Amino acid sequence: MGTSFGRGGATTFQQDLQNADCIVIQGSNMAECHPVGFQWVMEAKARGATVIHVDPRLTRTGAVADLHVPIRVGSDIALLGGLINYVLSNGLEFREYVAAYTNAATIVSDDFQDTEDLDGLFSGWQDEGAHYATDSWQYEGAEVASSAGQRQRSRHRHETGRGHEHGSHGASISGLQNIRRDETLQDPRCVFQIIKRHYRRYTPEMVAGICGIPEDVFDRLARAVTENSNRERTTAFVYAVGWTQHTVGVQYIRAAAILQLLLGNIGRPGGGIMALRGHASIQGSTDIPTLYNLLPGYLPMPHPKAHGGLDEYVADDSSDTGYWGNMRAYAVSLLKAYWADAATADNDYCFDYLPRITGDHSSYQTVQNQLEGTCKGYFLNGQNPAVGSANGKAQRLGMANLDWLVVRDFALIESATWWKDGPEIESGELRPEEIGTEVFFVPAAAHTEKDGSFTNTQRMLQWHHKAIDPPDDARSDLWFWFHLGRIMREKRAASTAERDRPLLDLTWNYSTAGRLAEPSAEEVLQEINGWKADGSCLSSYDELKDDGSTVCGCWIYCGVYKDGKNQAARRTPHTEQSWVAPDWGWAWPANRRLLYNRASADPEGRPWSDRKAYVWWDAEQGKWTGHDVPDFQPTKAPDFQPEAGAKGPDALSGIDPFIMQADGKGWLYVPAGLSDGPLPTHYEPEESPVSNLLYGQQQNPARQVNRLPVDPYHPSADEPGADVFPYAMTTYRLTEHHTAGGMSRWLPYLSELQPEMFCEVSPELAAEVGLEHLGWATVITARNAIEARVLVTERIPPIRLPDRVVHQVGLPYHWGGNGISVGDAANELAHMALDPNVHIQESKALTCDIRPGRRPRGPERLQLVQEYRRRAGITESTGTAHRTSRGESR
Amino acid sequence: MKSSRERAMVPPADFRSYYGRPVLKAPVWNAQEIGGYFFLGGLAGGSALLAAGADLTGRTGLRRATRLIAAGATGLSYAALIHDLGRPSRFIHMLRVIKPTSPMSVGTWLLSGFGSMIALTAAGEASAVVPPRLSRAAGLGAGLLAPALVTYTGVLIADTAVPVWHEAHREMPYIFGASALAAAGGLAAATSPTAEAAPARAIGVLGVVAEQAVEHTLRRRLGIVAEPLTQGRAGRFITAARWTSRAGAALLAASAVRRSRTLDVAGGLALAAGSLLMRLGYVHAGTASAQDPRYTVEPQRNNGLDVAAGGRGALGGVQAAQAGLDARGSDAAVRDHPRQAPDRVERAEDRDAVARHRAGQEHGAAQGRHQRPA
Amino acid sequence: MTSPRMGFFTDTSVCIGCKACEVACKEWNAIPDDGQSLLGMSYDNTGGLGADTWRHVAFIEKPVTADGRTELRWLMSSDVCKHCTHAACLDVCPTGALVRTEFGTVVVQEDICNGCGYCVPACPYGVIDQRKDDGRVWKCTMCYDRQLGGQEPACAMACPTKSIQFGPLDELRERAAERVAEVPDARLYGADPDDGVGGAGAFFLLLDEPEVYGLPPDPVVTTRDLPRMWRHAAIAAAGVAVAVVGSFLGSRR
Repeated sequence: MGTSFGRGGATTFQQDLQNADCIVIQGSNMAECHPVGFQWVMEAKARGATVIHVDPRLTRTGAVADLHVPIRVGSDIALLGGLINYVLSNGLEFREYVAAYTNAATIVSDDFQDTEDLDGLFSGWQDEGAHYATDSWQYEGAEVASSAGQRQRSRHRHETGRGHEHGSHGASISGLQNIRRDETLQDPRCVFQIIKRHYRRYTPEMVAGICGIPEDVFDRLARAVTENSNRERTTAFVYAVGWTQHTVGVQYIRAAAILQLLLGNIGRPGGGIMALRGHASIQGSTDIPTLYNLLPGYLPMPHPKAHGGLDEYVADDSSDTGYWGNMRAYAVSLLKAYWADAATADNDYCFDYLPRITGDHSSYQTVQNQLEGTCKGYFLNGQNPAVGSANGKAQRLGMANLDWLVVRDFALIESATWWKDGPEIESGELRPEEIGTEVFFVPAAAHTEKDGSFTNTQRMLQWHHKAIDPPDDARSDLWFWFHLGRIMREKRAASTAERDRPLLDLTWNYSTAGRLAEPSAEEVLQEINGWKADGSCLSSYDELKDDGSTVCGCWIYCGVYKDGKNQAARRTPHTEQSWVAPDWGWAWPANRRLLYNRASADPEGRPWSDRKAYVWWDAEQGKWTGHDVPDFQPTKAPDFQPEAGAKGPDALSGIDPFIMQADGKGWLYVPAGLSDGPLPTHYEPEESPVSNLLYGQQQNPARQVNRLPVDPYHPSADEPGADVFPYAMTTYRLTEHHTAGGMSRWLPYLSELQPEMFCEVSPELAAEVGLEHLGWATVITARNAIEARVLVTERIPPIRLPDRVVHQVGLPYHWGGNGISVGDAANELAHMALDPNVHIQESKALTCDIRPGRRPRGPERLQLVQEYRRRAGITESTGTAHRTSRGESR
Repeated sequence: MKSSRERAMVPPADFRSYYGRPVLKAPVWNAQEIGGYFFLGGLAGGSALLAAGADLTGRTGLRRATRLIAAGATGLSYAALIHDLGRPSRFIHMLRVIKPTSPMSVGTWLLSGFGSMIALTAAGEASAVVPPRLSRAAGLGAGLLAPALVTYTGVLIADTAVPVWHEAHREMPYIFGASALAAAGGLAAATSPTAEAAPARAIGVLGVVAEQAVEHTLRRRLGIVAEPLTQGRAGRFITAARWTSRAGAALLAASAVRRSRTLDVAGGLALAAGSLLMRLGYVHAGTASAQDPRYTVEPQRNNGLDVAAGGRGALGGVQAAQAGLDARGSDAAVRDHPRQAPDRVERAEDRDAVARHRAGQEHGAAQGRHQRPA
Repeated sequence: MTSPRMGFFTDTSVCIGCKACEVACKEWNAIPDDGQSLLGMSYDNTGGLGADTWRHVAFIEKPVTADGRTELRWLMSSDVCKHCTHAACLDVCPTGALVRTEFGTVVVQEDICNGCGYCVPACPYGVIDQRKDDGRVWKCTMCYDRQLGGQEPACAMACPTKSIQFGPLDELRERAAERVAEVPDARLYGADPDDGVGGAGAFFLLLDEPEVYGLPPDPVVTTRDLPRMWRHAAIAAAGVAVAVVGSFLGSRR
């Protein structure tokens, strides 16, 4: 979404769903996983909206939807492409919106070749290095920063996964004034025509053949969406990890972005894309990141080769135009927050103190580094990779190779005890006395036992207050990291070594209170918000300066402590404010709830319709007004035209709603920022029972695969041995449990609701394989074999393709060996092939075999897996071919 | 147990029940303790009546035996009832209220009054501490309460939702009363001098005859709810009870013709056994009928719910109303899916029509429900 | 009663089966867990109401045929004590432990209950039950303690889609009458004051027959037939007395 719209986050908020006339929930089981937020879908339904759920299973969301569309796992881009084709072929796009607010008219480079030309590849594919050189994708005449003069570093970029590649903001473009546009949208090289051609073959018949969705059902879906997308009506899309956890995950979301831009739904009430994130604060964990490649506010981590000093760093990533043009101010303010007085203009504000990343340090790469022995230590903070990450064995073998491991959690989760009771101990692959890892378990405080904030899926920060002291030795994460840092600084206090300066010059003076010496979370929030030179709290990121006079720990959160008040702690009841509820909590940016809301008004600044009025231009007062904070310069008139050579936000016109994009437009076509294509293309998952009906290129060519012995892949489609794993498989959540079970399988009230690991199979599959309801089944992949109780149900129907039937097996992924409710972990079966942009595993579309009965114990379990590998002829190179197409038009 | 074919998938909820699970809760009482109490209470009451009659007609042997039997049975009754409580130490809470809607409350007071009097009169038999006039008065008092004591238990088990018991609520007092007479008469005959036992024999045989006659009409009337009385463990107990009682009656009848100690003892014990077996059989039958949802659902379904005024007719009415609304036409993206809510009723007159239609259905259904068989 | 009668309206057409009601109830009332067993009744591993389950979410997967297409429908419903207008459990309780509160609800006074168990088979819905290790009977109190504090019951508060609605019973019945007109296949259960229990304090909007959800189609409070039962008892008692008298009169020495 960052590349399409400029910010990598949900474009709207859950309460806004009540305004939708049609809601498509796909790649998400919202009622199951966001039951409280789902009330807004029910509210929409009560107001007459059509709710559609696209999912391989009939779930608790589908149970209350108006239409459930069963789909083959891993085929969503084909469906979305089919909808795009339906819109374009029938002329159903919201023309005025598309023409004014998207890059539909922009002309693309002559060198660009589409997947239609190259049988599933885009131009620029390099077999060596298995990546795309993306120059040919750019706009004609422009130079996109991520490729300007840095061809030789594009590979580094690919590895390090920059901010915009993480979907955090749009790529920067220089030479914007050279870009050509054809406002009639007829030029064969304009984005509009390129998209039309790209999806031309994604017909309803093709959708039926790839996804297994009957044409009449597709027709109902298409009509529902298009009939509810116009001036008077809007359609919203809701997605979650059902879309992101694929080797083409980012492209899934891009496809929805294209569709919603064509239909004119972005930035409008009841429209948009509601990206649902899980976990109380996972949005917060990318905003103030625990991600290796980002600094707070989606600033990129510096790279030793790509960046010399601060100036190069800023030039490399910032944009001349749009709000990202102020990047320097954001970066300097952050550096001042870290190093305060030590950071001055003379020393580049201590820019050199920042650690630099040399490559991919993402989660799965880290596991590989552990296996190789280059990663020695590991902190797990409320994370349980032995159960929650793909390929459990790889996770544990990695941890077995560490020097030390620190686990912070409420209970002795599987990632803390694998060394004595994990599956490899049972099988004999590991012996405790041979494991050199020193494991520390440091008990953690629960959220009720500490102050702090959550940033939820709609970018809203809500403060939570401590109710009670944590028991015994349990401590909050803030306590742990603060005191750890304090002790490290004390130990190093006398050092004169240069390398200790970053640690010793850090601002680390939060006050502590109470018997436990708990650091003040509010002080941390104030630092995140930041101060002006006079010590008063900043109100907005507009106030940030690049001269060292402002301090700000995270520019997108600037404003959360406006006026010296904790805005995230506001609790004005809904009865005392509008439905938008801006006085409850605080959302970034600048407490805007619905992003890109300039697009809710037409180019003249009037709402597209009264029914869908949200933000509009008040000519009398000369400013934008409405139900929400305008996501636009407040006083910029709709007819404003920028001067030549204008910089930053001033370079954007009055009809550029996507203010974080260099050209202010929604990007239907992404010329830069993604490593696997400017347009979403249907590729089969890494492992699939069928071949790609559209192209000779089977999987995403740019996907990340490894050749680790612990992570073999299956043959796919017609390859020999693919029939050893003939069934499609997917993993998912249940309402009753939480992620890897650390917070639910230890509680009797939740455990009794879903007490055992189970698999879901259709009656047809059960009959074929010999499975009995409530009996046992063993599910096998090349990685491992697990057992599960069997639920035979019609809710997970076989997928009927023209030439065959694909059975699908469903597995909840919550179980592990520790707790009240125990069982085998679904992630034992998963592999570590990843999306190339964000390094996310493909948990949602796999293949497997399933047989009745419990799995073997001890060494026999390993033997079973090895037998399967042998039968399938699996080698180190199976499934690792990047390019399978000949690169020529079919 | 379900066959493996039936277990082929998440059981399609058998559409007369929820996965075959009971609708009701089976009684938590210990079957032996409660069934045993029914027997003992009946025995005590019947014996008290015989004792009163014996006292007034000068049959001292009969009087002594029946007073002691009554007292002993009453004492055992208290023990069984108190032990069966979830919180035995709180048995005295039974005396907090006098509540006619609760047969157990009524019974508590009956048993308390009866028990104190029978204790007195039995004490009078055993020792001179209790003067004879007091003893007689107490015995007559117990005799006055006895008829209520031996029939209220029929009300007690019928005053539940248990299908067999509740459906039999007209017959249970007679069955239990008759069984009490059979038991009391039998044991009295077995323990009294043969010369004095004639009334006991008569009562014993009369009790058996009356009980079996009423049971016969009951089983015919109950329909499918009679099944638990004839099947399974309950069926076995009741069948055994029937034959034991008949044997006992035959033996006593023979003894009436040709007085014999042996016949009296054998017949008397058989009647007592038969009464006990019958009580246990009814307790087991009740539990079995509560545990099978069929006995709850089917009779309720068949009680006039399918009449056009209500029940399934209501569903057809809903679909007709919806079809009417659809025909008027209004904008909606997807309209032919059965789960989608119909378009909002736009016009007030349509809204009223639907409401009236539904009100009529509910009212009709309510009427239909109360047409119970006489 | 100075308070209006309070009740539950459970609209199962918007239930998403999340079971927050089950958990909130257990948390608030400190109810023990009810056994860790996979029942496999779709997603229902709770089984039914009982002494240790006061809110129970039922799941039914059912093929439905309409317009020649067969589709799978997944019904979900949160069951609870009905707090009947004519409550059999209350009627038969011999210690007076079961009482009607000022809110019109039926609660067990746990300091009085002696575990006689009479209410258990008396309930036509199979709700109330005995805790084996404790001896007393337990059931939903409609969070009597929370109501005394001016709050709604825990389950209503936790329900994210307002399937469980709490409020004055009259208002709920009005709301339900409107709602049932909007939803296809919907019918109300327990809303009719003329039904066999005099209407329930906790009534439902169902999308199928009651027995599909495990509910009795036409429950009747047993007390309705009690006058007839006492009559027969009286006649039987009289018969017993007459029989005994007669047997003495007719017996010769």
